[in-house]
Amino acid sequence: MSKLVRTAQAGTMESTDILVVLAPAEAGAGIQVELVSPTMRQHGSHIKQLIAKTLQAAGIADAVVHATEKGAMDCTIEARIKTAIKRASNE
Amino acid sequence: MAKEKLRRTVMYAAGNNPGLLQNADIYGADSVIFDVEDSVSVMEKDSARDLVYHAIKNLQYSCEIGVRINHISTPWGYDDLECLLAAKPDYIRLPKGETGDEIRDIDNIITKAEKEYGYEPGSIQIMVSVETPKGLRNAYEIASASPRMMALAIGGEDFSASLKTEKTKGNAITAGRELFVARSMIVFAAREAGIQAIDSVFSDIRDEETLRNEVQLVKELGFDGKSCVNPRQIDIIHEVFTPSEKEIHYAHRVLGVFEEAQTKKSGVIALDGKMIDMPMVIRAQRVLALATAAGVYRKEEA
Amino acid sequence: MKNAAGREIPVSIQGYKEVKPYAGPFATQPDGRMAGPKLKAVFPGTEKVLKSIEEAIDASGLRDGMTISFHHGLRNGDYVMNMVISAIARRGIKNLTLAPSSFLDTNDELIPYFEQGVLIAAETSGLRNKLGRFLTLNQLSKPTVIRSHGGRVRAIECGELKIDVTFIAAPTCDTYGNINGVDGPAACGSMGYAMVDARMADTVVAITDNLVDHPVFPVSIPQYQVDYIVKVDSIGNPAGISSGALRVTTNPRDLHIAKMAAKVIERAGYFKPEFAMQLGAGAASVATGKYLRETMLREKIRARLAIGGIPGPFCDLLDEGLIGTLFDVQSFDLRAIESIRSNPKHREYECSFYANPWNKGAMVNQLDYVVLGATEVDTNFNVNVMTDSSGIMMGALGGHPDASAGAKCTIIVAPLLRGRLPMVTDAVQTISTPGETVDVIVTDRGIAVNPNRADLLENLKNSGLPIMSIEALKEKAYALGGKPEKIEYSDDIMGVVEYRDGTVLDVIRRPIL
Repeated sequence: MSKLVRTAQAGTMESTDILVVLAPAEAGAGIQVELVSPTMRQHGSHIKQLIAKTLQAAGIADAVVHATEKGAMDCTIEARIKTAIKRASNE
Repeated sequence: MAKEKLRRTVMYAAGNNPGLLQNADIYGADSVIFDVEDSVSVMEKDSARDLVYHAIKNLQYSCEIGVRINHISTPWGYDDLECLLAAKPDYIRLPKGETGDEIRDIDNIITKAEKEYGYEPGSIQIMVSVETPKGLRNAYEIASASPRMMALAIGGEDFSASLKTEKTKGNAITAGRELFVARSMIVFAAREAGIQAIDSVFSDIRDEETLRNEVQLVKELGFDGKSCVNPRQIDIIHEVFTPSEKEIHYAHRVLGVFEEAQTKKSGVIALDGKMIDMPMVIRAQRVLALATAAGVYRKEEA
Repeated sequence: MKNAAGREIPVSIQGYKEVKPYAGPFATQPDGRMAGPKLKAVFPGTEKVLKSIEEAIDASGLRDGMTISFHHGLRNGDYVMNMVISAIARRGIKNLTLAPSSFLDTNDELIPYFEQGVLIAAETSGLRNKLGRFLTLNQLSKPTVIRSHGGRVRAIECGELKIDVTFIAAPTCDTYGNINGVDGPAACGSMGYAMVDARMADTVVAITDNLVDHPVFPVSIPQYQVDYIVKVDSIGNPAGISSGALRVTTNPRDLHIAKMAAKVIERAGYFKPEFAMQLGAGAASVATGKYLRETMLREKIRARLAIGGIPGPFCDLLDEGLIGTLFDVQSFDLRAIESIRSNPKHREYECSFYANPWNKGAMVNQLDYVVLGATEVDTNFNVNVMTDSSGIMMGALGGHPDASAGAKCTIIVAPLLRGRLPMVTDAVQTISTPGETVDVIVTDRGIAVNPNRADLLENLKNSGLPIMSIEALKEKAYALGGKPEKIEYSDDIMGVVEYRDGTVLDVIRRPIL
C-alpha cells in the first residue's frame, strides 16, 4: 500500500495523453479530483471515477488530483496515475 | 521454414507516447516493438514502463508486440523486465547484446515470470541487437544461447559509432558499406543458429530511394526483415521483401517439376532446358512461403 | 413527426417556413417556375463606380428587414463581409437576414451585430468558431437555416431564399462591372458561389481592390448583372484565402486511411477508363488522390472528370493527363488558382451547375466516386459534419449531401477515434447527409459497407481490406474510447438542417451546457 509524501506529476499535455498532478491530503479528506477535459460532458465522470478507483486500488484514501486530459484512453490514465503514485510516495 | 513467422518489418513505437502505442498495430507492420530504451529520457523511464505495461495489458493488438528494455547492466534493465513481463509481451528485445551469459540471465528471469504468471513455458521469445564488435564476435554464441532466441538484429548507428565511423547512405551499389561485414556476419550467425536476421533502421524518412536500395541490399545479404521507426516506411520495405509475380511464377514451376520428378522417381530434373538442383528447390520453397505469408500467393492460383 | 431519416421533427417551427419532412433523397419534385431578380435597366452614360460602401448601401435601397448575401470564395482571408456589415450598422439599418454561401473563422466579429439587432437571422451552409457557438446557444427570432451548396441555389432559384442585396468580394472588376477571381492581389480562383448571387439578387454590389479598365477578361460575372462598384483598399488577406500550396499530409494515420480509400476506389466496381470523381478538402481525402494517382498510373486508367472544391494536388493530376477536365466551384490553394488562370481544361463553373438538385442535371449526378470527411457517422450510415460532439454548430454541409446523393459510390474517410470520441456512434448529433446516400466508411481500424450495397460488398470481398459491419466498427470505437454519455438538449430549435431539396432533414436543438 502506498503513502503519499510529496506532490508529484506524470504524463504530458500532448494529445491522447493526460497530465496528472498528485498531492497528499489530510486523513479523512478523501480523494478530490479536479479534471480538465475536452470531452467533459461525454467522459468526465467516467475519468474522475477511474482516477479515484486507481488511487483506491493502491491503498490511497486521501489525495488531491489535478488532471488535464487530452483524449487519453483508460489504460493511459491508469498508467499515469500509477506513475504519479510511485513518484509521490517513498517506493 | 514454411511455418516461420513473417518479420519483414519490425517497427518501433516510443514507449512514453500514448498516441504511438495505441495506434501501433494499424499500419500493417509484421512486428512492433514498444521501446523504453533510447526513445525515453532518463527522467521518464518509470512512466514509459507503466504506460507500455498498461497498453499491452489492456489493448488487443492485431500483430506481434515486443518490448525493447534497457540493457540489464543499466539501472533500469531488471526493473523493465520485472514490470513488463507481467504484461506478457510476445518477446523481449535486448539492445547491445555482447555475451551468451546476458541471454541466459534474461532467459532465467523470463522462465520464472512464465511460472509465476502461468504463461505457457517458452512462449516469450528474445530478439537481440548487436551493436558492438564484441557482440559481433560473440554473435553465434548469443544467437544460440537460449531456445527463446528468435532473431538477431543489428543496430547500425551504434555499430558504426563503435567502429569510430558513421552510418552512411552510400548509393545503390555501396549502400552503407561500413556495415557490410557486420551485416553478413549477423546473417551467418543467425542462420547457423536457425533464427532470423533483422536489419537496422534507416532514419531519413523522406529519402525513400535510399531506403529502397538499402532494403534491396539487405534482402540480398539474407536478412528476413528490417527495423523501421515510421509507418511510412512499411510499404516500401514490404514491397522489396515480397517476391515479385515473376519470382512466384518461376518458383511455382520449379516446385511443380520437382514434385513431378519425385512421383516419377526420375533422377535429373530440368525446367526450360536448365537443370534444377536442390538449392534451387529450397529457394523456390522459401519464395512461395514468403509470398503466402505476405498474402500474394495461394497454392491453387498461379 | 418522424421524417424518413428517423428524426423527430416538429410539425411547425417558429420563424421557419412550412415544415416538409425529409422523405428520401429523390422523393420531392419541384413545382412552379424559377424565381428571379427584379427587372432593371441601366442606360448609357450611367456611372456604376461609387465612392464608398456607405454610398453603395444607400444606392442599393437596403432597408430594415431585408436579406443580404456574400460569397465565401475568399475563405479566412475575407474582409468584405465584416466591412460591409459594420458599414450597414453605421447606417442604422437593422433586422437583416444574413445569407452568405458560408461563414468562416473570421466572422466571429459579427456577433455584436446579432446582439444589437442589425442582424436577426442567418442562412448558410456552415458555421465556425464563436459565431457557431453563439448561434447554437442564443435564440434569434428565427432558427439558423443550414443548407448544402446545392440546396442553397435551389432555395434561391425557387424563391424560398430571396436575396435583396448581394455584396460581392471581387478580386478583379472593371469599371462597368465585369468580374473575375483569377487576377488581383486577393485572387481566389473560381467565383462559383458568387456567380449564383450575382444572377439572382435584386441588387448586386461589387467590392473590389483591383478596379481595372473596361473590359476585363476573362469574365466570370458579367457587367449586365452588376449594379454598383466600390473600390476599397483591400478585400482580403491572401494568406487567409489560400495557405500556399496545399500539401499532402504526412500524418501516418491519415495516409493509412487514404491508402485504403484509394484501394476501395480501385476495387469497388467503378474504377474504369473515363470515370468521374470528387475528393473533399480534408487531409485524408486529399491524400487519397496521392495513392489513387499511383493506381491510375499502374492500371493506365484516367478520369474524364473531377469536380468539387479543387486542391492543388488535383491540378497535378490534370497536368499529368490523369484527369481530363476539372470543374471548379472553389479553388483551395495557390496552385489551384494558378491552374484555373492558365489551364483551359481547368474550368470555372457556378454552383447550380455543380450541385443544384432542381435543375436539369448537376455535375454531381455524373460522379462515380466521391471521398468526403465526417465528424460522426452512425450505424445507419447517417453522416454529421455540422455539429460537434457537444451539439455545437461548428462545421459546414458544403457540397457533402449533394455529392453523396449524386455519386454512385460515396466514401467517407475519418479516423475511428479523435481522442476519446468515437467517429462511429449509435446516433449522430445531427444528420447532415442521410445514410441512404452513403456507401463506404473507411477508418484507420476498419471499413464498413452500407448493407444496402451488396454489389460493393461483393466487389470488395477479396480486396484484402479489413471489411467489417458498421456495428463492429462502432463497438471497436466504444471499446477503445469508452461509450460517451448522451448530450442533453432543450426543446429550443436553434438550427434547421434542410436536405438539398428543401425538406427538413434534422433540427439542431440547444444543448444544455
